[in-house]
Amino acid sequence: MMIESRVRSILVPILAVLIALLIASIIILLIGKNPLMAYAVMLKGAFGSVRDLTNTIVKTTPLILTGLAVGFGFRAGVFNIGAEGQMAMGALFATIVGMNLGTVPPFLAIPITMFVGMLMGAIWAGIAGFLKAKTGAHEVITTIMLNWIAYYLGNYMVAAPLAVGSGTPKSPEISASARLPVIISVQAIDLTPGIIIAIIAAVIMYFLLERTSMGYEIKAVGFNPYASEYGGISVSKNVVLSMAVSGALAGLAGALEVMGLHHRYLGALTAGKGFDGISIALIGQNHPIGIIFAAFLIGSLRTGSNAMQFAGISKHIVMIIQGIVIFLVAADRIVRTMMDYAKYKRMKSEVGVEG
Amino acid sequence: MEERKDYSEYAVVMKGITKRFPGVLANDHVDLFVRNGEIHAIVGENGAGKTTLMNQLYGLLHPDEGKIYIRGKEVKIRGPGDAIRLGIGMVHQHFMLVKTLTVAENVVLGSETKKGFLFDLREARRRVKELSEMYGLYVDVDAKIEDISVGMQQRVEILKTLYRGAEILILDEPTAVLTPQETEELFEIMRKLKESGKTIIFISHKLNEVMEITDNITVMRLGKVTGRLKTSQTNPKEIARLMVGRDVLLRVEKKPREPGKEVLRVEELWVKDNRGLDAVKGVSFTVREGEILGVAGVAGNGQTELVEAITGLRKIESGKVYILGRDVTNYTPKLLREMGLVHIPEDRQKHGLILQFYGYYNAILGKHYKSPFCYEGVLNLKNIMDHAKKIYEMFDVRPRDPKIPAGNLSGGNQQKLILAREMSSNPKFALFAQPTRGLDIGAIEYIHKNILKLRDMGVGILLISMELEEIFSLSDRIIVMYEGEIMGELKPEETNFEEVGLLMAGHTLQEVRSGVV
Ligand SMILES: Nc1ncnc2c1ncn2[C@@H]1O[C@H](COP(=O)(O)OP(=O)(O)OP(=O)(O)O)[C@@H](O)[C@H]1O
Ligand SMILES: [Mg+2]
Repeated sequence: MMIESRVRSILVPILAVLIALLIASIIILLIGKNPLMAYAVMLKGAFGSVRDLTNTIVKTTPLILTGLAVGFGFRAGVFNIGAEGQMAMGALFATIVGMNLGTVPPFLAIPITMFVGMLMGAIWAGIAGFLKAKTGAHEVITTIMLNWIAYYLGNYMVAAPLAVGSGTPKSPEISASARLPVIISVQAIDLTPGIIIAIIAAVIMYFLLERTSMGYEIKAVGFNPYASEYGGISVSKNVVLSMAVSGALAGLAGALEVMGLHHRYLGALTAGKGFDGISIALIGQNHPIGIIFAAFLIGSLRTGSNAMQFAGISKHIVMIIQGIVIFLVAADRIVRTMMDYAKYKRMKSEVGVEG
Repeated sequence: MEERKDYSEYAVVMKGITKRFPGVLANDHVDLFVRNGEIHAIVGENGAGKTTLMNQLYGLLHPDEGKIYIRGKEVKIRGPGDAIRLGIGMVHQHFMLVKTLTVAENVVLGSETKKGFLFDLREARRRVKELSEMYGLYVDVDAKIEDISVGMQQRVEILKTLYRGAEILILDEPTAVLTPQETEELFEIMRKLKESGKTIIFISHKLNEVMEITDNITVMRLGKVTGRLKTSQTNPKEIARLMVGRDVLLRVEKKPREPGKEVLRVEELWVKDNRGLDAVKGVSFTVREGEILGVAGVAGNGQTELVEAITGLRKIESGKVYILGRDVTNYTPKLLREMGLVHIPEDRQKHGLILQFYGYYNAILGKHYKSPFCYEGVLNLKNIMDHAKKIYEMFDVRPRDPKIPAGNLSGGNQQKLILAREMSSNPKFALFAQPTRGLDIGAIEYIHKNILKLRDMGVGILLISMELEEIFSLSDRIIVMYEGEIMGELKPEETNFEEVGLLMAGHTLQEVRSGVV
């Protein structure tokens, strides 16, 4: 009767996905299409060919990292919803540095560029952490404001100082030595080691949280700042630190997008991937492995949705699916309450309580 | 007890209640019979299952097996809402107040006074004031919960239950945080309530209280009922034996000891409380090696702030603190710990534990970054687990499984875990604030013995307690605090409860000794 919490944390997201697919299929029916056909197209679009699969993996990579960024924050008790801005700052500065590494060999240029991206993400989130620690300003507010600053800063940079070419505002390309090597290239889609880097980041996050004194302190502060202080743990230091680590992950997402995919900064580079991180962290239950799977789910929904669009079914169906999944996972309590309610009702029919 | 169906003379009957938690059988076919209009005690060791049983009566937990009858009628209690409708009220062992709301707001929460559609704060304040005056439970109705002491919060909890007009009151260790004076006042209230026909279930580890106030007693041990006694026909010794399964020394023996050099010196200390008012007003004292200095006083007279200031949790406005001769004024808790200070905090759930953490993580809080628990920033889980197992064994933390999150331990076992962690870390100076609050008599005996062992090993100890018995049986010297000041210093063998009580009420030693009062 009582489901173990670990089993539950795996079961709930899976159930949520199934229910979401079911509800979405009703919507598809209502708009006069065949849901089975729609899902078949979607599946095929995400995994149907090597190219599609590669595309899905490429889309998944930044989502893993933004998911980790937000998930790490949640574990530390901070609500970092600024992954979008941190990712943009990471991408922007990775570009600026990456543009100037032409004379540096790749084995140095690649880590330098990645590091710059992480650093900028860390600084950007760290500002919010600092404000929280020093003035109590809530990170939800400050990270949202920082998102906008990052957004307009990026737009300004590609519109004026860094602008090249015509059409969409964009920066110059980064040096070849700062780009991630291509493992395979399938019809103009390049698979880079970015996905491996993202998975390594997940492993590091797991290790950091579960096996280090730093993780111990970060979680402690998230759970109970009073007891942490009592235990000699600096609350303000750890608030800044957890924001910074979270931001570094988002910044890395931005850097990898530049280094592996666009090779330059564009205003539309982040395109909501930072916000997707929130959903992914929720679906993945803030667990690194869960986040990898959740990112893969969202990534494949995205690639699949394009195929669906071609088949004449609005790609927004996918947004609906995503929305329902999040709703159900976040509202795990609702599921719980419903289960309890069923139990109560059974009890009530046995013996009533006069009220 | 043979099966019978007419329970109309009982306010509460719980039959064959069984409740399992993963790996723990918290209640094992428990039968509880509480007569209409009586005060009924439930006693038992820490972790015996008392709170679990009451949580089922209040609808917070649901029994795996068993039946509940209220006033003779079988009921299912699906949640506290049902319980309240059935006229059951509960004051919890750990407070369930909203920290950011005021006293008045907390008391009326859930049944707010209304003016049209709006919350009528003035009416709420008036009614809460009236209620608190009626029962002598004085509180500042406008203070925020987070700003008031544990003792005050307890009063609010009691008020809250009374406000909802419960007919059957469950009080889970209500007196653990009250002073003897406050306890007497509570007992007055309880007697009044009983006269007006209410039924009270009273959980306490203090057998003298049980003897004083109750009519019948149910004794629990390891999840089972081990005895049902009529209070007038029993004695504390018998109850203790049924609880613990052996005879318990109710008093520890203290060997005389010459104190050594000074470990703690506090000079002219001024500290503010959360509202910015002076809480500690120019207090000075010293503690030497191998000496226990007891601080007596009614809760809320600056003891909490004094402790927090010494342990680095609260800013010292002026004055000095020296540990082992070194000026440690406004040092961080970490530095103080490194100098050999340990601290058993007054509020175990706020400061002492991270409830969501496993027991073994809590067992190293404050030492988590040091060998053998951590090398180069990497935790050594094996050493952590070994340490946790060792101190669980030494201090009898039950269940003996450090993988259980601290929040799932019974109140007394949470306290034992803190004591285990702090007392096992070779302190030079130890600060005990209400160390045995919520412990059963067996555990108190053990902790008292170990506090004395620390003293005999040369540790300097500051003991803050509202239990005069505890202060008297452990301390080498006693100071009494009243409104942030020290009213006098006494030796336990040269004074008595009455004299200390007068100082606690604000009289100076000169006044008392010269017979003015
Ligand atoms: N939520 C929970 N999850 C798991 N185990 C629990 C939970 N609540 C209580 N327990 C276990 O049930 C047992 C009984 O606990 P309970 O709190 O009822 O004890 P108690 O008699 O009130 O003790 P105390 O005097 O220390 O307050 C303990 O072993 C405790 O660890
Ligand atoms: Mg209890």
